[in-house]
Amino acid sequence: MTLSLRELSVSFRDPSGCALPALGPISFDVKEQEFVCVVGPTGCGKSTLIRVLAGLLPASSGAALCEGALIDRPMNQFAIMFQDANLMPWRTVLDNIALPLEIAGVSRSSRYETVRALLPQLHLEGFESAYPAALSGGMEQRVALGRVLVQQPRVVLLDEPFGALDALTRENLGRLLLRLRQRYTQTIVMVTHDINEAVLLADRVIVMSRGPGRLVADVSVDLPRPRTHDMIYHQAFLTLTKRIRASIDDLSA
Amino acid sequence: MGAGSTLRRISPFLTIACLLLLWQWISARGIISHILVPPPTDVYQAFTDSLADGALLKHTLVTLEEMFFGLLLGVGIGLAIGYAIAKAPILENILSPVIVAFQSTPIVAYAPLLVIWFGSGIASKIVTTAVIVFFPTLVNTIVGLRSVSPNLRDLMRSLKAGRWQIFRHLEAPSALPVILAGLKTSTTLAVIGAVVGEFVSQGSGLGYLVTSARNLYDTPLVVVAVFTMTAISLSLYGIVAYVEWRFLVWQRRSSA
Ligand SMILES: Nc1ncnc2c1ncn2[C@@H]1O[C@H](COP(=O)(O)OP(=O)(O)OP(=O)(O)O)[C@@H](O)[C@H]1O
Ligand SMILES: [Mg+2]
Repeated sequence: MTLSLRELSVSFRDPSGCALPALGPISFDVKEQEFVCVVGPTGCGKSTLIRVLAGLLPASSGAALCEGALIDRPMNQFAIMFQDANLMPWRTVLDNIALPLEIAGVSRSSRYETVRALLPQLHLEGFESAYPAALSGGMEQRVALGRVLVQQPRVVLLDEPFGALDALTRENLGRLLLRLRQRYTQTIVMVTHDINEAVLLADRVIVMSRGPGRLVADVSVDLPRPRTHDMIYHQAFLTLTKRIRASIDDLSA
Repeated sequence: MGAGSTLRRISPFLTIACLLLLWQWISARGIISHILVPPPTDVYQAFTDSLADGALLKHTLVTLEEMFFGLLLGVGIGLAIGYAIAKAPILENILSPVIVAFQSTPIVAYAPLLVIWFGSGIASKIVTTAVIVFFPTLVNTIVGLRSVSPNLRDLMRSLKAGRWQIFRHLEAPSALPVILAGLKTSTTLAVIGAVVGEFVSQGSGLGYLVTSARNLYDTPLVVVAVFTMTAISLSLYGIVAYVEWRFLVWQRRSSA
């Protein structure tokens, strides 16, 4: 599915009713099955952007569109994942991943079957009946990723999904995400503040200015796929990360 | 299990045993008059007597009945109003004068009023119990529902969950631990409510047993009635604690 932002801006209101601009105006398009990463300084409105795309927050002006239709409520075939794994502590791994199916009214046996088939790809076999309290941060995010995949979404929105993890776990999860994407081709918008991660994963990197965030750079990543972690030492990779880095540094200059 | 944890387990019982021994010793030595502090053996005698003539059972059942319906009413209304307030905070502003006034007035002070309104039968005791358990239920319901993670709310919205699904899959399980904690307080308060009601309007129940035995200077029977209340209170607390343990499996700490 294609997404597009048309002069989208969002402002919040402080208690006295004054407008606090949080995002934009910003415009860009995401093509069918494109993987777009969004980077930008803290507080520039990245989470706000994701929430508008998810239909959880209305635009103050301009619009977010999916296939040309206004996104004004949570859309079908969209799935969202947050920085915090956001699992339900009272549900087991199996039931957390199965939640979207349960909400959709899928019968217990068929939702368990679907989730069980997914577990090996997430490296979660044997943890079906564990509660989130017993999981590591990386495992929690894999469960959250499972909860996204089980929805068979055509658009995936990720808000710093691996932000709270250590570097190695984060690389592993990045690889897992790419593998899963090969299998279930989707349009992906992912917020991250790790430039290497953005370049390694994405087809395009969008750089946002300080809040209220506007578009300052739109960099195409023409590295070959499949991507491997070795690529971070390639000249092409370094050129790209430098360019992105420079456009961010310009902001603070 | 180490020796330390065994000691921890049995030490409450040791405390009780020591207190009983001390009590027996004091009354055997005649340090304090038996009318004031009857020896444990007299209390035991009163216990078996009142058990044999059915009086203890009868009064206990009356108190239990009052508590049961009082809890049902008070907890039910507390849950309902708590849910409404958590959903529509304006209700808090509207209702708080009444609720705060009720809460800050000692129940013993207005229990006679409740008897005037609801008669000297079981109804007034049920209402007294309901009023006293209402508040902790209300507060814990509001706190529990407000503790629902906003991110999980967003998740449920993005899954297009309906109102009932959000309640069943998110709000109820999030609030349950806090509500059960409130219920533990409520059960002990329910004993107080029922007994206060019985003190105010005589007839039957453990509170009545206490006053009637005191009028006859039957101190052992007073002690028996008081201990029965303690036992009821502890048992109910234990039941709620068990329900907690049974249903909040995910909260149990796994020990290494
Ligand atoms: N519900 C809200 N009410 C008022 N202001 C808000 C609200 N949510 C976000 N903001 C403000 O909007 C701005 C953008 O917030 P947002 O969370 O989108 O930033 P972000 O780019 O995701 O930051 P970070 O990198 O730290 O996650 C911030 O100034 C924030 O304080
Ligand atoms: Mg954010």
